[in-house]
Amino acid sequence: MVRAGEWSAVDILEQHLAAIEAGDEAIHAFNLVTADEARAQARAVDRKVADGGDPGLLAGVPVALKDNLCTRGVPTTCSSRILEGWKPPYDATVVTRLAEAGALLVGKTNMDEFAMGSSTETSASGPTRNPYDTSRVPGGSSGGSAAAVAAGFAPLALGSDTGGSIRQPAALCGVVGMKPTYGTVSRYGLVAFASSLDQIGPLATSVADAALLFDVIGGHDPLDSTSLNRPTPRVLSVIDDGVEGLTVGVLAEFLDGAAPDVADRVHQAAEVLAAAGARVEEVSVPEVTLGLSAYYLIAPGEASSNLARYDGVRYGLRVDAEDTVAMNTATRSAGFGDEVKRRIMLGTYVLSAGYVDAYYNQALRVRTRIIDGFAAAYRHCDVLLGPTAPTTAFALGAKTGDPLAMYLSDVCTIPSNLAGHPAISIPFGAGDDGLPVGVQLLGPALSEGTVLKVAAAVEAAAPPLAAPAPAPAPAEGVAT
Amino acid sequence: MAEPGRLTRDDVAHVASLARLHLSDEELDLFTGQLAEVLDHASDVASLDLAGVAPTAHAMAVVNVLRPDEFHPGVDREEVLAQAPSVEDHRFRVPRILGEAP
Repeated sequence: MVRAGEWSAVDILEQHLAAIEAGDEAIHAFNLVTADEARAQARAVDRKVADGGDPGLLAGVPVALKDNLCTRGVPTTCSSRILEGWKPPYDATVVTRLAEAGALLVGKTNMDEFAMGSSTETSASGPTRNPYDTSRVPGGSSGGSAAAVAAGFAPLALGSDTGGSIRQPAALCGVVGMKPTYGTVSRYGLVAFASSLDQIGPLATSVADAALLFDVIGGHDPLDSTSLNRPTPRVLSVIDDGVEGLTVGVLAEFLDGAAPDVADRVHQAAEVLAAAGARVEEVSVPEVTLGLSAYYLIAPGEASSNLARYDGVRYGLRVDAEDTVAMNTATRSAGFGDEVKRRIMLGTYVLSAGYVDAYYNQALRVRTRIIDGFAAAYRHCDVLLGPTAPTTAFALGAKTGDPLAMYLSDVCTIPSNLAGHPAISIPFGAGDDGLPVGVQLLGPALSEGTVLKVAAAVEAAAPPLAAPAPAPAPAEGVAT
Repeated sequence: MAEPGRLTRDDVAHVASLARLHLSDEELDLFTGQLAEVLDHASDVASLDLAGVAPTAHAMAVVNVLRPDEFHPGVDREEVLAQAPSVEDHRFRVPRILGEAP
């Protein structure tokens, strides 16, 4: 509409900035709203349209960025005290591509510190609240991005997904969230958590919007040595092709741990796909039950190495001390929160001499088994279907004292990260508590087109979900 | 594969020092219990017989990624140094290094 000149980018932006102004005090989706920068981008888009130029695929569309995506000259904190005030000297590749496509970058969204968490409660800037019920968590770690889309602050957002950090908050906030195949979206400028698992992906209100955003950000990037140098599937054009002739496997292991109301929705989604012409069968991939344990050995191992760079020397926080080692220690002890410390120590332990074979190397072998297990299922299935998260959104504070209980909310999302495969969460009605339920579709590497096509069929027949209140009042009795 | 013994408070104190983290006594107690619980959960992995299974470090492995040997400008030095906590003569400044215990 902006490209056709029906709407001005400036008007669209101002509407969204007003929504953020009115509603984000209660939600806290944003760490930083970049209104001035976005206004300059909007004016540039409108000028281009007036001059008869092509303003790009996302012209005038507000997009929220998770606060672990580097933005040149604009603070990027990873919701950690250790990066407070840091202004990156370069843009992430996805940020560059969004700007080139005419998107309006409205702000940096709250997240679990360094993306370590499943509820956005480990953020040093305080938790984000679920727009559907502000006493509940939005999920995590991309909880700010999911809440921003659910609350209508931005129609699109980017998150990062290391063990479910796009899909789980998408499910809990009633929006679409996709983790693409590892290597299809450049990680250049994504602050690293676990490099072999991290992947940037879209959050949106519809499957078509998620596909469009993926088309804009995907593709080879020479600045990321793990970027796949092969054609990335262009997906927006295929999502309406229908599911006839496709085989959908309902993944038994994912249903085992799901709450009954969530499991019911998955079965209902399977019926929808059968009615749309897909072949639906039950499938077992026993290896996925080992995913959680393997992940919580591999991801902390990689994190302990990646986060060694925060030493108080080159950027971010420094707590002064008499010598360098004491300065490093004082800085890291003051700058990292408890969950990040736990993962660094866990990772250091599983990589240390005497334990690396029993834990880390063993987990890498389990990763092979999981990939083989999926491969066996994909010999007769095109996609797999299951829940995204075992339950709907839980209460703030419910799991913060019990790390293992928090980790278990990632049990259905982790296997796709270990395998490098694409997976998407689609809102599919509500649970018994009236809160959103997400169903998940998984596919083999580079099957985004198929996964999105099936997702569109699920979306088309999804039970209605009432929109969250536009500007919820702050919840009472919950610590801010 | 032999399973390691349960994580102790001394183990946590040791890895904390390796990771350059200082923990209070209360934090040591808390983290020891929490991390031991996570490692107990991981015993399903540690106890598996996976002899002969190749490890996977990267699911979509790419090898020998090279770029043409051409000049490209890097990030701006002044912009980088402007973010440092302490700078002297275009270099990062740190407290003394020599004469310390590791």
